[in-house]
Order: sequence, then C-alpha cells, then structure tokens
Amino acid sequence: MNTKTFIKKYTMVIALVVVFILFAVLTQGRLLYPQNLSNLLLQNAYVLVMACGMLLCILTGGNIDLSVGSTVCLIGAIAAQMLATTGLHPILIILICLALSCLIGMWQGFWIGNVHIPPFICTLAGMFLFRGFGRAILGSKTVPITNKTFLDIFASYINIPGIDNDEAKWSAFIAGIAISAIIVIMTVLNRAKKAKKGYKQANAVSEIVRTAVIAALVLYYTWKLAHYKGIPVMALWVLAVVFLYAFITSKTAFGRYFYAVGGNEKATKLSGINTERVYFVAYTSMSLLAGLSGLLMAARIGSVNGDTGNSFEMDAIGSCFIGGASAYGGSGTVPGIMVGAILLGVINQGMSIIGLDNNWQYVVKGAVLLVAVIFDVVSNRKTGKAG
Amino acid sequence: MADYILEMKNITKEFPGVKALDNVNLKVERGEIHALVGENGAGKSTLMNVLSGIYPHGTYTGDIVYNGEVCQFKTLHDSEEKGIVIIHQELALIPELSIGENMFLGNERKGRFGIDWDRTYHEAGEHMRQVGLKEEATTLIKDIGTGKQQLVEIAKALSKNVKLLILDEPTSSLNEEDSKMLLDLLLSFKKDSGMTSIIISHKLNEISYVADKITVVRDGSTIETIDNSGHDIDEDRIIRGMVGRELSDRYPAREHNISEKIGMEVKNWTVHHPLYSEKKVVNDVSFNVHRGEIVGFSGLQGAGRTELAMSIFGRSYGTEISGTIAIDGVEKNLKNVRDAINAGLAYVTEDRKGNGLILAESIAKNTTMARIEKVCNKGIIDVNKENSVAEDYKEKLHTKTPTVQQAVGNLSGGNQQKVLLAKWMFADPEVLILDEPTRGIDVGAKYEIYCIMNDLVAQGKSVVMISSEMPELLGMCDRIYVMNEGNLVAEMKAADATQEKIMAAILQSDKK
Repeated sequence: MNTKTFIKKYTMVIALVVVFILFAVLTQGRLLYPQNLSNLLLQNAYVLVMACGMLLCILTGGNIDLSVGSTVCLIGAIAAQMLATTGLHPILIILICLALSCLIGMWQGFWIGNVHIPPFICTLAGMFLFRGFGRAILGSKTVPITNKTFLDIFASYINIPGIDNDEAKWSAFIAGIAISAIIVIMTVLNRAKKAKKGYKQANAVSEIVRTAVIAALVLYYTWKLAHYKGIPVMALWVLAVVFLYAFITSKTAFGRYFYAVGGNEKATKLSGINTERVYFVAYTSMSLLAGLSGLLMAARIGSVNGDTGNSFEMDAIGSCFIGGASAYGGSGTVPGIMVGAILLGVINQGMSIIGLDNNWQYVVKGAVLLVAVIFDVVSNRKTGKAG
Repeated sequence: MADYILEMKNITKEFPGVKALDNVNLKVERGEIHALVGENGAGKSTLMNVLSGIYPHGTYTGDIVYNGEVCQFKTLHDSEEKGIVIIHQELALIPELSIGENMFLGNERKGRFGIDWDRTYHEAGEHMRQVGLKEEATTLIKDIGTGKQQLVEIAKALSKNVKLLILDEPTSSLNEEDSKMLLDLLLSFKKDSGMTSIIISHKLNEISYVADKITVVRDGSTIETIDNSGHDIDEDRIIRGMVGRELSDRYPAREHNISEKIGMEVKNWTVHHPLYSEKKVVNDVSFNVHRGEIVGFSGLQGAGRTELAMSIFGRSYGTEISGTIAIDGVEKNLKNVRDAINAGLAYVTEDRKGNGLILAESIAKNTTMARIEKVCNKGIIDVNKENSVAEDYKEKLHTKTPTVQQAVGNLSGGNQQKVLLAKWMFADPEVLILDEPTRGIDVGAKYEIYCIMNDLVAQGKSVVMISSEMPELLGMCDRIYVMNEGNLVAEMKAADATQEKIMAAILQSDKK
C-alpha cells in the first residue's frame, strides 16, 4: 500500500487523530481527563447506536430516516410514564418499549418498502407524528425517572467488590487487557487459517501495526475508565449494537443485500433478492435502535420532556456521511461511521471544555459534514460512481 | 453540380473498445428526403448524434459541411441554431406539460414579465395547424396518443425554424394510418417549403415510398447510396446492401449434440405492457429449447424478445402474464426471480450496466450475487471461499483483471460481460437466456463469449440467445425463431436460414 491509497483509505481516522490532538493541546490536556474520556462515550452513546441503523438506510441508496429523534422522544416518554404510573417490572417495560419501537419501524418500513413512498417524506411525516404522540403522552411536562432498576440497567457502572476500590476500578483495566489479548489472538488465528488454506494474506507489517494500535488504544481507554468510575453499562449496550451491526454488514449475506440495493437496485432485483424486504428491515431496525436510544437517553438524563431527542436524527445522519457512507448509497462501513460519530463527539466535547459558544459548535459541525461529503462525491467521481 | 445542404466527410467516432463509425461519408442534397438504413448497431444513430452535436466536436474526427461552411457543433443548441433539428425514437416530451409548453421548452416566448403565455399558445397553435394537429395547445402531452405526440415533435422542430429535419425511427411506435400521415406530411413539407429531411427507418416499404435517396450503413461505414427518385426500389435490393457481409470463421466450431430432452418449453405466452395494459407486448408465443441446443431469437428492436425473456424470468417485466413454462418437462409457476433461479433459469441481461452489475462493487461480490448462499454458512459469508470462487471464474473465462477485488466499473465492456456471465454460471442454471451477449464488445471478446456458450451446451445445458446481429445468430445457433411486434413470425433451422430469409419474414409480417 503506498502513501496515497493509505491516506485515501484512512482519511477520517487521520482527521480524527489530528482533531483529537488539536483539542488535547487546546484544552491543555483536560480532554484526556478520565472523566472527560468517559463522558465522550456516554454523551455520544445515542449517536453511536443510531448511526448503525442509519447506515443500513443510507446504504440502500442515500435514504435517511428523519423520524428517529421523535422516536427517541416517544419511546422515552412511554417508558417514563409507564415507570411512573404502572407497577410493571422495569424489564417488562423495557421489552414493551422495544416492541413498540419495532412496530414503529415496521409501520415506516411497510410504506417505504412495499408501497414505495419516498423515505424522505414518509419519515418526515413520522417525525411530526411521533413527536406529537410523545408530547401528548408527557402532557407537556417533564417526567422524571426514579426507578433504580431501570437506571441501573442503562446508566450505572460496573463495580466488582474485591477488585474495584477507591483508588481505581481495576475490573475495567482487566477487561481491557482481556479484550486486547482477544484482538491479538484473533488476528493471529485468522492469519494462520489463511496460511493453511493457501488464501491470500494481507500485508504482515500493516496488519501487525494496526492490531498493535487498536490494542494499545483499548488498554489506554480502559486505564482511563478504571481511574474514573469503571466501565459504564451503557458502553456494553453500545458495543453490543456496534458489534452486531458490524457483523451483519460485513459478514452476512443479508448484510450484503443492503450494499447491493444501493449499488444497483434493478440488478439486485434481477438477482433474485427481495429488495422490498431489504427496505423493510432497514427501517424497522432503525426505529428499534432509536427506541433503544430513547431508553438510554431517558436513563442518562433521568427524565424525559417534549424536546428529548431533538435533532438527534441529524447527528446520526451526519456521522454516517462524515464516516464515509456514500450519499448515493452502496458504500460505507460500521467502523467508518463509528469514526465519524466519534469525530463529531470529540469536536463537541473539545469545544465545550474550551468553553466555546454553543452556536460555534453548529458552525464547525456543518463545515465538517460539508467537507466530508464533498470529499466523498469528488473521489467517487473519479471512480465513476457519482452522477 | 448538385446543391448539397450537408456533407459529412470521413467521420470516425470511437467508443472505448469499439469503432462505431469508420470513415463515413454522407451527402444530402437540398430539398430531398434522404433515408439511412442499416441493421441495429450499424451506426446510423451515432452518425446523427455526431451531426446534431450530441457527441460534441472533438470527440470524433472528420468534417461536417453544412450550407457550405464547416461546422463544429459543441452542443445540441449549436446545431439547432443552424436549423438542424433531430427527433429521437424516444420522444423528448414531458408528459405533465401542455403541448404549447413542450413546444417552446428551452426556447420560451418571453414577454416583459416572464413567459408570454398568450403568444406561446398562439404560436403553438399556428405550428400545430402546419402539421395538421387538431388539438388545443393547452392539452397535456400525456392525454394525446403517440401519433399526435410525434406531430408535436415536428411542430416543435418547425418552431425552431428547421432547415434540416432528422427523424430517428419516427414510425416505429405508430400504426399504419398514423405512419402514412406522417410520411405524407414530410412529402408536403418537401414540396411546399423545400425542407430537407433525413429519415432513419427499418420499414423498407415506407422508405421506398418516401425517400429520394437511400444510404446504406453497415458496421460503421456507409456502403452505398441508392437512387430512389422513381420511388420504385426493390426491397430485396436494399436488404442485400444491409446484410451483404462475408461470413468467415468468426464463430468457434461446435459438435452439434442436441439431446431429445426438452430443457425448457414455453406455451401460449402472452404479456401485456406494464403501463398500457391493453397493449400486448408478447402475443401468444410458444417455443422450446432442447438440452444441448442453442436457440436464437431474431427480430428488430422492440420486437418483444427482451420482454419475452424477462417475463419468463420470474415475471420481471409486464402485467397480465399468461401461458405455461415447463422445465425438463415439469410445469413451473415462477412468481418471482428467486423462483426462476431455483428452477434452474438464468437471464443474462442486455443492459449489463443498468440491470446486470453493481459497478462500484468488486468482481468477487458481483460473481456470487445471484446465489450467495453457495458461499455462505448459516447466512454468514465465507469471504475466502467467495474470493476463490471468483478467482476460478476469472481463470475459466479469461477475465482480464489484476485481482477479483477490482471494481467492475473499472473493467472494459468485454470483461464486464464475462463477469456477468460468471455471475449467472455460478448460479448453476440449466437454461440460460442470453440477451444481446456480445453487444458493444470487440471481436476478440465476442469469440471468447461464443466459446463459453459452446462449453455450456456441451455440458448439456440449454441456451437461448437473443441477438440483433443476424450473422451471429446464423453462426452460433441450431434453430432460430423470428419475432416481430410481439408475435413469433417464423421458425427455421439455422442450416436453412439466411439473413434475407429472416428479414423477409419480418417484413412480410409487417405488411399484414
């Protein structure tokens, strides 16, 4: 791999590193405090989760889901009201909420996939509908959430007595060591398997460097978490979603269909693939994740009001495009959009720590999004996909 | 000396991998109706696109001399300013706009404040009277028939002060009556105002009726110009010019090992147009193909061959489909493409970029697309297996590419076609329908595609080949069906068939 293709492949990773170092310097190292690094994950948990769902929608042809912010509000509202007024067990309430978000997704997926309503319009309608329902359920009030079990499931920290103490939550670092070890072992095993079957190997040096960097980052991050409150439960939810979606999109036949539809819908149809079902599943999964985000948000903030989830859809969409998803569909990866989401998160967090005006954060976000998409379009033009 | 309004000298136009026009010369006299005839893909439309500036100056070599001056048209607009107007086979009208709006689209009649609608509709009405169109100028295009839409196009040309009118297959979608009216209109323009027209058509009887001179185009070259001032030319004379090329060994030899077993039998197949459901696109067609046999479908564009194939392939085209399909003697109800693939059918599309391949994806991913479950384990793709499968096909079909990770869009047309074939061979079909398998690819790649077809039938598979190149059908097939306007009009053994016989079958069915 020469320098040029390296830069092209890892543009956003390089951008993330540059931006991170920039803010680490500008904040005089405050960005690197354990608390701030922990919050970086928690504050962006909803973006990371929803970006995964949004990726599937965007893959089908640059289609987006505008309704997710409203779905966050509606599901949060339902959860908060049920916790406050019914005596149902929190786990049952969580299941009901997830089932409802699935239904919302099926509703939209049906119109978009089977009736061919343009996604933009269908989800714009959903944006109004679900926001309205959510506000009505809240009765225009802020509803607090006090149920401890519910809060523990989403917003607590993992503490193992005996290992964790006031000095540090060693369980976090131990987990970090375990994860790093697994990453290294997996890489070695994969190479061994390829060697045995005589398949083509990736360049050894670049693979070793990549594995080492990832393992080091995991160790560094868990070390920092250990010196704050330990591993947040929310991180487990996020990781579960991210890994599931990374697996589906990169390894499964069904995941392949999303790319195929976005690449050439007619050819996909003529290959015997049910394209209507692809759309249906994309929007169903999107709303399910929006519902999950609603629960995460509600637990993190500890209350739900009519403005919960406002403009979340834009963060999810922005992350996807910044992370390299094509505005024409057909390309984009989960690791890529995670980088996009974290980049946005670092910019937000960094500017907050510096104490920059909220308004300027919008300006910077907008500029980053525009540059990222211009980059995508221009580089696609060279390979002849755009237009 | 004759007064030439147009001289095209030594025009050569190349597309990547294909020479579409090779040193073409065309002379058109002022005030005549000049016909261009030739097979599909001979280069007629390309030539007219060069003339009208759709292919701008610089993308071709040679000179266009119009009204005595050398012209270098960069856009369609440049040629229209000089009075050259082209009317395409697919009409360029916007259905939701009125006749008047369409007529002055891009050429609006402006008043002081925006568009002067009174003037627009008044002038539109005048031009409509010239072409004998009795409609209101405010009627929407979608509310009038194709014949009248054609007249709107001509009226639109008149509104641009047309001196040289080019019509590409103007009567292909018209019935007899409308066609006659259109041709008479051209004759009256010629007589009254001395307008020059170039007409491209497959309908030789119409050409004989209307044209003063006929230029035959074949394989990107002008072969001859025939004088028809007496309007009495023999159609056979034109056909001979159109198809008269030498058949050399451009086709690999094959042992004809046709099994008694019928691979696919289609009976009484009727398909209606997806939008205009009263129109039958395929009308009561019955055919069969044996195992180990290559069966060809000949016909002009729009004969219904692609529609027949796609409707068989899991109802991918059309509505109100009726008829039966039996594969290996077992009747099948193929409701969708998945059913068709599972029943052992494969359809290799004529439009490989639009309907066949995902250009931005790799060769490997395209190869496995129709049957991805073959490289899957419980829904999880074995990428290594996928790559080795793609690698195998790359070797077998001699696809020229550095790696199977290459995006298909970066390959040449011939190699793309091989990837498309690999995709459908990987689906393991018993019956392959190949729709224009060699369109737009060079001679060498064609030969390799023919070899692949021979391999397939040698394995006992059945191949249906749709092609507009008659020599190819004659060279490759065991039997040939001829279609015209949705009907099966002839069936012949390839050994007995000639291009003249096929053309004659099409033309005779036209006269009925």
